[in-house]
Amino acid sequence: MSAQAIPILMVVGTAALLSLLFLGLSGWLGPYRPNSLKSTTYECGVPARSTVQIRFFVRFFLVALLFLLFDLETVFLYPWAILFRSMVAEGRAAFALGEMGAFVAVLVVGFVYVWKKGGLEWQ
Amino acid sequence: MSGDLVFYGFALLTVLSGFFVVASRNVVHAAFSLLFTLFGVAGLYAQLGADFLAVTQTVVYIGGILVLVIFAVMMTRIPRGDAPRRGLDRAVPAAILALLVFALIYMVIVGTRWPERAAGAPEATVAEIGTGLMTTFVFPFEYASLVLLAAMVGAAILIRERAPADDAADADDAAGEGEVRS
Amino acid sequence: MQVMTDLFARIFGDGLSSLGLLVAGGLTMALIMALVMASCAIVFTWAERKVAGFIQSRYGPMRVGRWHGVLQPVADMVKILGKEDIVPRDADKPLFMLAPFVIFVGSLMAWAAIPFAPGFIAADLDLGLFYIFAVSSAATIGILMAGWASNNKWSLYGAARGAAQAVSYEIPLALACIPVVMITGSLNMNDIVIAQQGGIWRWHFLHDPFLFVAFLLYFVASIAEVNRGPFDLPETESELVAGYHTEYTGMRFAFFFLAEYANLFLVSCVATAVFLGGWQPLFGPVFLPGLVFVIKAVLLVLLQMWLRWTLPRLRVDQLMHVCWKVMVPLALVCVLGAGIWMLATGQAG
Repeated sequence: MSAQAIPILMVVGTAALLSLLFLGLSGWLGPYRPNSLKSTTYECGVPARSTVQIRFFVRFFLVALLFLLFDLETVFLYPWAILFRSMVAEGRAAFALGEMGAFVAVLVVGFVYVWKKGGLEWQ
Repeated sequence: MSGDLVFYGFALLTVLSGFFVVASRNVVHAAFSLLFTLFGVAGLYAQLGADFLAVTQTVVYIGGILVLVIFAVMMTRIPRGDAPRRGLDRAVPAAILALLVFALIYMVIVGTRWPERAAGAPEATVAEIGTGLMTTFVFPFEYASLVLLAAMVGAAILIRERAPADDAADADDAAGEGEVRS
Repeated sequence: MQVMTDLFARIFGDGLSSLGLLVAGGLTMALIMALVMASCAIVFTWAERKVAGFIQSRYGPMRVGRWHGVLQPVADMVKILGKEDIVPRDADKPLFMLAPFVIFVGSLMAWAAIPFAPGFIAADLDLGLFYIFAVSSAATIGILMAGWASNNKWSLYGAARGAAQAVSYEIPLALACIPVVMITGSLNMNDIVIAQQGGIWRWHFLHDPFLFVAFLLYFVASIAEVNRGPFDLPETESELVAGYHTEYTGMRFAFFFLAEYANLFLVSCVATAVFLGGWQPLFGPVFLPGLVFVIKAVLLVLLQMWLRWTLPRLRVDQLMHVCWKVMVPLALVCVLGAGIWMLATGQAG
């Protein structure tokens, strides 16, 4: 177990315990008087339909997909960026920049294609 | 000792929530349950000293793929609540397939000669990975960009083909969204 | 963390193993972080109302606590504790109850890697910056969970917008930090701050023109990332009631509220550490590092409040336009430009 990760576990535990504590406190202090009107879905005053049947736009899915691809790119960029400084010192920075440039350029081609196809238009 | 405890904690979290993903008859619950499965796997990576992999797991799987899965689940017009219980005609083939996959993975695990690593504090893995990307694995690295390009082109095609259907869906659903879009 | 483990080592001598020290130190730091988070929510809710008041030529809260309503947030907190916890009949109960926890825990987890002062960081990770992005990206799941579980169309639309916005702006956010990583050669938050030692001219946002643009990109993206005005589309009160937390009441609502202000401070802290020199003062030797850090971060928070109450809200299509067509390409140019700059000047300093 890397020692660095132990505090994170502590933080997760503390956050979970504290939130439970406050929720319990609120449950103890607060009233509990449910009635059928109170537990209806909020709909600005008019009676609500029982369930929501919204089909999400395909756009949202596409945004998530684009995000995923760029996210993967940044994941690759981080280890590269860490080494860039030492590559500059060793005089191999041009190679490093070229290599990552090629990687990003290929992605940018795809990005431009999506752009031209109208994938970035919200309307 | 305490390291073992942490391992069993994460393993239990992963397996239990993974079981819930499979067993739940509510597809949205199954999707959200993946959060804990993926978090557990990230924890296991961290526990093994693969810190970069652990964080990447969180960024890509929880922040990216899980959001994608949830959007996909919400995009399909699924009924809320539990799906009806299916008969054995689906469970049996699924179980056989799962057993076969398990057998395959088991054989690979047993058959591989795993490189032993000297015990001790693991070095920072990021720099190693970065070096790998720029020396040994230059070609696979650049190849990965082509794979991403293919995915992006796929996304563009999805846009083109779905556009008319999307408009039709907007018309009957998007009461709230319509105000913004006008 | 170092501060705490040293403290415990001094108190207990050899009574605690190194693991015990780590656990005790981590626990204390976690509690301190929770305390800071709670107090920043208290201070900022008051500050927000006062700032909004002054910008709109009115006073804001004036009564509770005699002087300018300073105790108003405390009164609010007590009130919220005594509120009923309502779970709507049609809600997806387990997910509805779980969502505030996911958001709250995720928010506090990200705080673990903020370096408030030398040695005063809950989790001194080699991958600190990357870790913060990872954990805050997980908050998107909490938003979607809340929106879906409420079974209310306002909540669902708010959640969908919130998630789409959060994931979109995460790209320029993460890309804008890469030039800094290139300069420091590290993702460790402590290292990043230490690299900016020696006065304001050494701070990263003044390193070169590309980094200045990167800082602006980070700042704008971070406002969008925490869903605040002018990017507060997920909770546009005129369209979506209150967005994804429409159905939440009492303490569960408070968790969303707390997380919002905690995240506001979090992104400002990251901006401070990454671009604005962290605990390094404007000039001269390190002096009261924790205070310097907090002052910088609070100034950024006030700037964000100013923007929120001054600028009109964007439309959804404008939001996506700005992100994907302006900020992402610009961020990529910044990364490339910073690389060329380093190459041209021949050194990293």
